[in-house]
Amino acid sequence: MPELPAIETQELRKVFGDNAAVKSLTLQVMQGEVFGFLGPNGAGKTTSIKMLLSLIQPTSGHANLLGAPLSDRKRVQAIRARIGFLPEHFHFHDWLTASEFLELHGQLYGMTGDALRRRIAELLELVGLTPFAGKQLRTFSKGMLQRIGLAQALLNHPDLVFLDEPTSGLDPVGRRLVRDIIHGLRRQGTSVFLNSHLLSEIEVTCDRVAFIKHGEVIRVSELKALNETQSSVTIRAQNVSEEAVTGLAQWGRDVRRDGITITLAVANDTLLPEIVRYLVAQGADVYAVTPQRLSLEDLFIQTVGTEGVL
Amino acid sequence: MSPIAIIVRLTLREAIRRKIVLAALIVGAGFLLVYSIGIHIILTNISSVVSDTLNNASRNIAQAEGINFLSLAGLYTVTFLSIAMAALISADALAGEISSGTVQSLVTKPVRRSDIVLGKWLGFAILLALYLLLMGGGVILSVRLQVGYAIPNLAAGMALIYMEALLVMSVALMCSSRFSALATGAVVFGLYGLAFIGGWVEQFGSFIQNQTAVYVGVVSSLILPSEALWRRASFEMESSLSGLMGMSPFGTISVPSVLMIVYGGVYILVALAVTLRTFSRRDL
Repeated sequence: MPELPAIETQELRKVFGDNAAVKSLTLQVMQGEVFGFLGPNGAGKTTSIKMLLSLIQPTSGHANLLGAPLSDRKRVQAIRARIGFLPEHFHFHDWLTASEFLELHGQLYGMTGDALRRRIAELLELVGLTPFAGKQLRTFSKGMLQRIGLAQALLNHPDLVFLDEPTSGLDPVGRRLVRDIIHGLRRQGTSVFLNSHLLSEIEVTCDRVAFIKHGEVIRVSELKALNETQSSVTIRAQNVSEEAVTGLAQWGRDVRRDGITITLAVANDTLLPEIVRYLVAQGADVYAVTPQRLSLEDLFIQTVGTEGVL
Repeated sequence: MSPIAIIVRLTLREAIRRKIVLAALIVGAGFLLVYSIGIHIILTNISSVVSDTLNNASRNIAQAEGINFLSLAGLYTVTFLSIAMAALISADALAGEISSGTVQSLVTKPVRRSDIVLGKWLGFAILLALYLLLMGGGVILSVRLQVGYAIPNLAAGMALIYMEALLVMSVALMCSSRFSALATGAVVFGLYGLAFIGGWVEQFGSFIQNQTAVYVGVVSSLILPSEALWRRASFEMESSLSGLMGMSPFGTISVPSVLMIVYGGVYILVALAVTLRTFSRRDL
């Protein structure tokens, strides 16, 4: 199958009043890919998802969803039969029972009869809510609402699923369920667009991650490649002059010193011998040099910075 | 099922589940009970008062007039209750779905946004029809069973009252597609009040033959033809004498024209069209 992107956006922009919620969003999500959309609160993640789902109109820019241009309302409406969406905060009609809720949304997808009934039973089982099928959603806990919301997003066997902060405020069991469901979707070749500010979630589920800040993609990384090439080094050394510490910047970024411990991020482990030679030449006594895999959190802080976020 | 039918069903189910139907039925039953008792007491006393002073023929006329007046008073109250019901259920319809976020999982399905608006409109139209049928029917039956009186032109009158309820519902739905539920309520009841007082100014102007006052009334009816529709309904259903009673809620010294009824119909369609357009284009 030719690799047509599941999502493709070009300089998508949304302005509310004089505030640009999304400045210029350009990205590609391939089919079958689990794509993490990572950024601090207020970075424009939800606004971006809402533009892709035609909930809000972009101020300018272009986007294609499963090959249909957003500007073509008719085609986008038809293409929504192949899309699943779990909205942020899981607000649903809470006077419906769990199975009525799934029936409603299944019917809106155009599903009927036995096929719909079977699918509802299957999904209730998947999210562990079969015993609560006849209970009204208003009696549900947040975790249960999330489960039923996920089931709703999967009713139509979608080719592309949008999950907006699917685990915010949930306990570890709920997070685990989301993770397992995403792994299941990946096996079926479903594309997943996962909006999150939870790094651990992205780290264990996604193939690629886009860092977004002030409504712009500032970096797209493959998580596998990230694990191999990016690392952080902790050096224990004494008698290191300030100039020597400053000079470390030529090999890496984010140089920090705390007592006898110096940390910095380097692009590649092969630089370590050079760094040791440099420190020794500067007259330092080096006790230990420990390379550490750079966590997504480090990368996040490095990329997005710490000012005014989270 | 078509998407519109799905939303109609959802709307009716919501009214039942959120106890709107139950509340309306209980309070409505209370209203009908009080009305029936009132009718009973008034009728008993009227006949003893008029029988002493009038001959037979005059007595019958006086009784019929009194009963017509009481019937219209009952229907007038039912009309007001229907208006309030129309405004209350539809003010929250779109605004509530938008502010709570429930609309997001609806409009991201393969349906048109207009399907959601039309489904809600039809759902409310059905609810209002049932409400009016029960309440208006209760008033009519109460009078009929107690004294065997049939209101003239009942079908035309009730149709006009239903049209007024649809008008207020459509305007509330329109506001609800743009503003919050509370703002919608404020606007709709404000406009209703304006049209109401405009109607009185018109009647009074007509009574004292002041053309300016009549114009004020016509203009307020153009802003919202709700009171005009009631006046026409009242005109259709009143007995020949009570139309001459002058300044009362049922007095129709200045009768709204058929053109004004047509205007009311166009008003409903335009409000619905604006709702469809606003809701289809707005950010959710």
